[in-house]
Amino acid sequence: MMDNDLTNAIFLGTVSAGFPSPGDDWREQSLNLHDLVVKHSFSTYFMKIAGDSMTGACLHAGDIIVVDRALTATHKNIVVARLGDRFTVKRLWMMHPKLYLRPENPRYQPVEVTNHPDFEIFGVVTYCVQRVR
Amino acid sequence: MRRHVYALIDCASFYVSCERAFSAALHNKPTIVLSNNDGCIVALDSLAKKLGLKRGQPVFKQQEIIRQHGVQVFSSNYSLYQDMSARVMNVLAAFSPRLEVYSIDEAFLELSEQTIEDLAEFGRTIKARVLQYTGIPVRVAIAPTKCLTKIACELLKNETKYEGVVDLSAFTPQQLDEALARIAVEDVWGIGPKYARFLRNYGVATARDLRDADECWIRKHLTVVGARIQAELRGTACIPLEVNRPPRQSIICSKSFGKEITSRAAMEEAVCTYTARAAEKLREQDSVTARLTVFLRTNVFHEDAPQYSNSFTLDLPYPTAFTPELFKYALKGLHAIYEEGYSYKKAGVELSRITPLPVVQPDLFGEVSLIEHYCQSRLMAIVDTLNRIFGRDTLFFAAQGIARDWRMRQTMLSPRFTTHWDEIAPIT
Repeated sequence: MMDNDLTNAIFLGTVSAGFPSPGDDWREQSLNLHDLVVKHSFSTYFMKIAGDSMTGACLHAGDIIVVDRALTATHKNIVVARLGDRFTVKRLWMMHPKLYLRPENPRYQPVEVTNHPDFEIFGVVTYCVQRVR
Repeated sequence: MRRHVYALIDCASFYVSCERAFSAALHNKPTIVLSNNDGCIVALDSLAKKLGLKRGQPVFKQQEIIRQHGVQVFSSNYSLYQDMSARVMNVLAAFSPRLEVYSIDEAFLELSEQTIEDLAEFGRTIKARVLQYTGIPVRVAIAPTKCLTKIACELLKNETKYEGVVDLSAFTPQQLDEALARIAVEDVWGIGPKYARFLRNYGVATARDLRDADECWIRKHLTVVGARIQAELRGTACIPLEVNRPPRQSIICSKSFGKEITSRAAMEEAVCTYTARAAEKLREQDSVTARLTVFLRTNVFHEDAPQYSNSFTLDLPYPTAFTPELFKYALKGLHAIYEEGYSYKKAGVELSRITPLPVVQPDLFGEVSLIEHYCQSRLMAIVDTLNRIFGRDTLFFAAQGIARDWRMRQTMLSPRFTTHWDEIAPIT
C-alpha cells in the first residue's frame, strides 16, 4: 500500500480486535471553542464588525464579536450599544457622573451619552474571533 | 389546602419585537410583520395599531397608510422567531422547573412550590431578566389558576398603569369583581364561540357572570369542561401544567402558493413537498399515521374567477412514516380531486390516526416485512439527520420538484441574525 493511500482512510469507530486502548478509561470530550467563549448560551449573540472605529482595540472589519447581554457593563468594557437608530461598538467610559462611548481610533471622537434620551446598552463584548489567514 | 400560584408570561407583539432586537433603525417606527406569502398582517406594534392597522388585514389594502407613515414591513422570519422564542423560554426555565411552553410567545410558570414574599416584585424580575437577555418585552400575569392568569393578561393589555406586571391574588374581592366584569365571556380562556353564543343567550356576558352562574347549570350545559373553567375563575386550580406536551393527534402541512398553480405537475410537486414536511414532523414525534387527507382550493379573493375546492381522505393499509409510501397515497388522493382549468391558491396535507411507533402491529399479510420496515426507518433517520445538520432540503425527493416557483413569497425577509453566520448583524 502506498503511503498516500492513508489520507483516504476514514475512522468510524474503535476496532474490537487487538489490544484495547490503555487510554479508554480516560476518554474525554475534545475541547470546544464554543464552550470557552459562550458562558450564557441564551443571552449570547454574535455580530460582525463593520467599521474601523475600534481598530485600536484590535477589532477589525469582518471580525466576529461575541456579545453577552447577561453581563452588566462597567467602566472600560467594550459594549454594543444602541444610539438612536443604529447599533455601535465602542468602549464605555464612566467618568461619574458622565458617560462616554469612546472609539479606539484617533480619527474618531468620543460621544457623550450622559442622559442621552435614546441610548441603551445591548450587551458586553466578551470575545473577538479574527481570521488571520 | 395547598396554595397554587401560576404566572403567564406573554411576549408583546413578539414577531415585531424579534425584528427590533437586531435593527436599531426600527425603534420608534411603526412596524408590521406579514403572514406567509406576504398576504395579511400577522403582527404589529402599538404604533402601527395607532395608525388604524389591524391583525388579519390584507396588506395590499393598506399600502396608502404604510407609505404615508413610513411603516416598516417584514415577511415572517420564522428562523429568527423560533430561535428567539427558545431563548426566552430558557430564561424563564431558570425561575421554576415547572414550565409549560404554551405557544411560540407564551409560557406558564408554576410557582406553587416556591416561597415568594412579593409576587409582583418577582414578576418584575422575570420581566427585566427576559428583556435584558433577549431584548423581548414581556407581560407577566400572576394568579392562583391558569385561567385567571389569562384574565390578568387581558387586563395588562388594556391597562398601561400596571406596566406589564400584575398579581391577581393581591386584588381585593371588589377589584377582582371589576376586573372580571370587564372581560367578555368569549375572551375567557377555553370558551369557544359556540359556548359563548349559548351563554350570552342566557345573559352570561362577562367572565364575572360566568364565575357567578349556577354550578349545576354550567355542568349540565357546558359539560365538565365548562365546570373546570368556572372553578378556575373562582380560584380553584384544576387545569394542571402540561410540562410534557402529549404528541399531536393530527399533523397539517398547508400553505398558500406564492404564484397560483395551474398545472397538475406543479400541484403534484406542492402536495409532495407538504407531505414530506408532514412526514418529517411525524417522525420527529416517533409516530406513524394511518390516514391521509389531501385538500386544495382556488383563490377566494378572486371573486370573478371560477371557484373550486375539494378534499380526499385515504385510509392506509398499514400505519407508516415512510415518505415515499406517503407520496403514493397523497398523489392518489390528489388525482381523485384535481380538476384542470382552475387557478389554485392553496393546497395541503393532513395526517391523522397517528399512533406512537412502538405499538405498530406488523402487517399480518406481510406486505411490508419487519426488515423492510427497519430499512425504511433507517433511511428516513439518515435523511432527517442530514437535513437537521446541514439545513432543510439538503436531501429531498425529486417528486417535490426543484424550481418550485409556487413556493412561499417572502420578499421582505430580515436576516436570520441568530442562526446563519453570513447573516449576523453588522456593527460599526
